[in-house]
Amino acid sequence: MNVAIVDYGVGNLYSLRCSFSAIGQNVCVTSDPDILRAADAVVLPGVGAFGDAIDALRKTELDKVVIEIAESGKPLLGICLGMQMLFDKSYEYGEHQGLGLIPGEVRSLKEVVNPETLVPHIGWNALHLTSGEDACKDGLGQSGGSLLAEVGEGAYVYFVHSFYATECAANTIAVADYDVPVTAAVQKDNVFGCQFHPEKSGKVGLQILTAFCNLIKEAESAC
Amino acid sequence: MLAKRIIPCLDVKHGRVVKGTNFQGLQDVSSPVELARFYNEQGADELVFYDIIASFEERALFTDALTEVASSVFIPLTVGGGIKSVDDFERVLSCGADKVSVNSGALANPDLIDEAAKRYGDQCVVLSADIARVGDGFHVFSTGGRTDTGRDALQWISEGVSRGAGELVINSIDTDGVKGGFDLELLALVCDLVNVPVVASGGAGCAQDFVDLWERVPEVSAGLAASIFHFGEVSISDLKRLLASEGIPIRLI
Repeated sequence: MNVAIVDYGVGNLYSLRCSFSAIGQNVCVTSDPDILRAADAVVLPGVGAFGDAIDALRKTELDKVVIEIAESGKPLLGICLGMQMLFDKSYEYGEHQGLGLIPGEVRSLKEVVNPETLVPHIGWNALHLTSGEDACKDGLGQSGGSLLAEVGEGAYVYFVHSFYATECAANTIAVADYDVPVTAAVQKDNVFGCQFHPEKSGKVGLQILTAFCNLIKEAESAC
Repeated sequence: MLAKRIIPCLDVKHGRVVKGTNFQGLQDVSSPVELARFYNEQGADELVFYDIIASFEERALFTDALTEVASSVFIPLTVGGGIKSVDDFERVLSCGADKVSVNSGALANPDLIDEAAKRYGDQCVVLSADIARVGDGFHVFSTGGRTDTGRDALQWISEGVSRGAGELVINSIDTDGVKGGFDLELLALVCDLVNVPVVASGGAGCAQDFVDLWERVPEVSAGLAASIFHFGEVSISDLKRLLASEGIPIRLI
């Protein structure tokens, strides 16, 4: 079983790669479409600005590969900006089209939090589990396994972001309270997203990555 | 609501953690990796690694240690010590650091804050300031707190935040080493002044000092300490349980 992390030239993927190794998972960081297609599960990371990241993904034509993987039924996990790119569009410095894999859009936290609340939202915040009705209609997770299977209500994870996903309640599986409920984790069948950084969230983060890897078996038996 | 953070600071010299430690169960008390794992298991919310020597020749020892820590400890890592250029940022970020702390390097060249914030984002740039009372006000000191720059500390902090520092570490020289508690007066002034997270440093002598910190200055985001954790006077897990019992939002593991 192999997990491939999409390398499209944005950000440092050292910690993310090491976190999969630490849970005993074979992992590679690659920009090779064939290796991504051959992987059992794929992770789409991301830091920085939405426009730059989605442009970099399209320039390398890896956007098409990511969409292809999502359609294949294999587990796909977007992290932080990688999660935001799964949605239809973002309003971060302009208006940008996303990958359209999960319905919803990305907007500035500043529009919704109290004026005195610090943005970016940086630090450890508690997850509150929700049950978006469209999260796993006919996809993974029906047999009880899900991305947050091992995570208890109120578990803390580490966030660093200024923009957040909205209009996506039907696919939201966890929120964090930051004046408003901030979308923390999403699912649409085999496509998952975490706004927080599991690779920086200690033991809870590693449990989430383990749960993601466990979905590979479920995906294989479903295919 | 965000949890208040507890941050142990590890001083690294020749690739080894300096300051004696006496934790039971640690094979090698000066191994950065073993100590990082130990603190992580105790519930540290972040680790700060401070490169004591930071001479050109010895940097590889530091970055090797950092790389090894980042491969096995999955919480945010901040690095400081001898950061003078954007190249220094790149060097430690590529080894797995999440944030970089600047101090004397930013005093000598304030543009470093702007350049690093533009390239890596505000969240990556931590401005650390060593501050002491001089006359009626506060001055910022350079070179590890040894040299009075003559600059007004609050003005320097405001300038640093407007240049793009995404977090402040406020180290009070007056309370540092005294173990009589954090400098609550200074911290309250800083929290009123800026809208970025403020990390309190210098003066923690016992667990109650952290309770007093958040009862008196609840805006402070994190408490940083070195010796009380290293010498085992206060265990992070006990401290966090105490804080939680006092109603302070804390990540318990």
